[in-house]
Amino acid sequence: MHQEVVMAGAGGDGIMMIGQLLAHAAVLEGKNIVWFPSYGPESRGGPADCTVILSTDEIGSPIASTPDVLIALNQMQLDKHAPTVRREGLILLNCSLAVPPKDRDDCRVISIPASEIAEKAGAVKATNMVMLGCYAAVAKPVTLESIIKALPEVLPAHRHNLLPVNELALQRGAEMGVG
Amino acid sequence: MAERVLMKGNEAIVRGAIAGGCRAFFGYPITPQNEIPECMSRLMPKAGGVFLQAESELAAISMVYGAAAAGVRTMTSSSSPGISLKQEGISYIAGAELPCVIANVQRGGPGLGNIAAAQSDYFQSTRGGGHGDYRTLVLAPWSVMECYTLTAEAFDIADEYRNPCLVLLDAVIGQMIEAIEIPDWKPKVPPKPWTTTGAKGRPANVVNSLYIIPSDLEEVNNRIQARYKHAAEHLTRAQSIRTEDADVVLVAYGCSARVCRSVVDMARGEGIRAGLLRPITLYPFPTREIDALAERGKRFLVVEMSSGQMVEDVRLAVEGKSEVRFYGRTGGVVPAPAEIVEQVKAMAKASSGSTTVNRQPTTVN
Repeated sequence: MHQEVVMAGAGGDGIMMIGQLLAHAAVLEGKNIVWFPSYGPESRGGPADCTVILSTDEIGSPIASTPDVLIALNQMQLDKHAPTVRREGLILLNCSLAVPPKDRDDCRVISIPASEIAEKAGAVKATNMVMLGCYAAVAKPVTLESIIKALPEVLPAHRHNLLPVNELALQRGAEMGVG
Repeated sequence: MAERVLMKGNEAIVRGAIAGGCRAFFGYPITPQNEIPECMSRLMPKAGGVFLQAESELAAISMVYGAAAAGVRTMTSSSSPGISLKQEGISYIAGAELPCVIANVQRGGPGLGNIAAAQSDYFQSTRGGGHGDYRTLVLAPWSVMECYTLTAEAFDIADEYRNPCLVLLDAVIGQMIEAIEIPDWKPKVPPKPWTTTGAKGRPANVVNSLYIIPSDLEEVNNRIQARYKHAAEHLTRAQSIRTEDADVVLVAYGCSARVCRSVVDMARGEGIRAGLLRPITLYPFPTREIDALAERGKRFLVVEMSSGQMVEDVRLAVEGKSEVRFYGRTGGVVPAPAEIVEQVKAMAKASSGSTTVNRQPTTVN
């Protein structure tokens, strides 16, 4: 098992967090992981992405130049990263804020209204969790149970009051992936 | 089995340093190494040590000089432009025969460059960097685990050789997170009879790099050079991956070596016997290991995130016995495995097609 995923959104979307959540879940399952961030000097609003590579083998390059999976939270990031996804890869996009790419019919493209789903689940800020939940259900890099189990490790202690809404958002996203 | 914990490379530098006995850290902020002072500021006081954010890089390295003279295991960290600023102090520390550890999380250059990963400080790191006849001993981690272990060990090495030891990484190795198992580390601290710890009951120790009489200074230089000779014999370290039957041996360190690790498998998947020789010490350089491979007719492709610096050491090791090619990306660009596989393929084709080989280095940017 070897999967390279790029997660991309805007600063403040919690991109680094879902990357780290996936990484923690993978460690719980005994897998090897590399997480690598990329962002500019802005703390909010600028493009932010991270790469997570999960593998049952030793991981070489920590950079995914042709990722298996792209999780894009907005149009700008989708446009930027969609061309890099490998042929027959997976593109998962938040269609609340982006329209599917026209030129990637060689990939599996899944569009979900993640912002709206998150809002209905109780917090639009949990859009990142909806996307991660959906990805987990579709590509099965780790189980949803491992992600939920890792959540308290990644969410800082003073935010643990938000565990239930994040868990719900993960589950709502997963339901979209199963359906 | 110890528990696996997720950690950033920069944080592993800090935890490795504290495990290695570091009790005085002096820093100044610069991206992409800021997690080092940030994490130091939290953990060093708990370890009973000193964390101090200096007013400048020059002040930080001078504080390191002072702490080292007092016999404390001490460290500073920075990224490329900040390391340039510290060179005067590093030369003084080397001249005063003091141990210290310096971490350089390299970024794109020259000048202010950018905050992305690069390996263009190889010359500065391995040739001394500042003025005078000295070198820094250079360790190059390629994983978060090695960020921890090599930094811890750097303190033993610096003490043993009474010389600055540089841990050279780049923005990728410093910023990436991997799972590591925290080792049970025991620092090896030699006696330090030369420290300025108060001269009560003994003659005063003097720590200085000023020697007015040329023959005195030559004696100091000879002593320093003898240590480097010892280091070349005893400290040199490299990792060989599938070089045994390889036709093309990639030579790379740090982030480039990680990319080349993928290249080895990809090239072998296409029927090309590729291997990887990864220098772990950049100074002393694994000259003998590379020479031994050249003797056996291996051909080399050196991959760096620079316009070609370590390749010079590889050529010095090979001494014209075999072909040495170069592939580099600069400015913060990390080469993709596929680009390097193309270079390996071109090399393999050149050898099977005819006996005439291109002995000129290939630079692609």
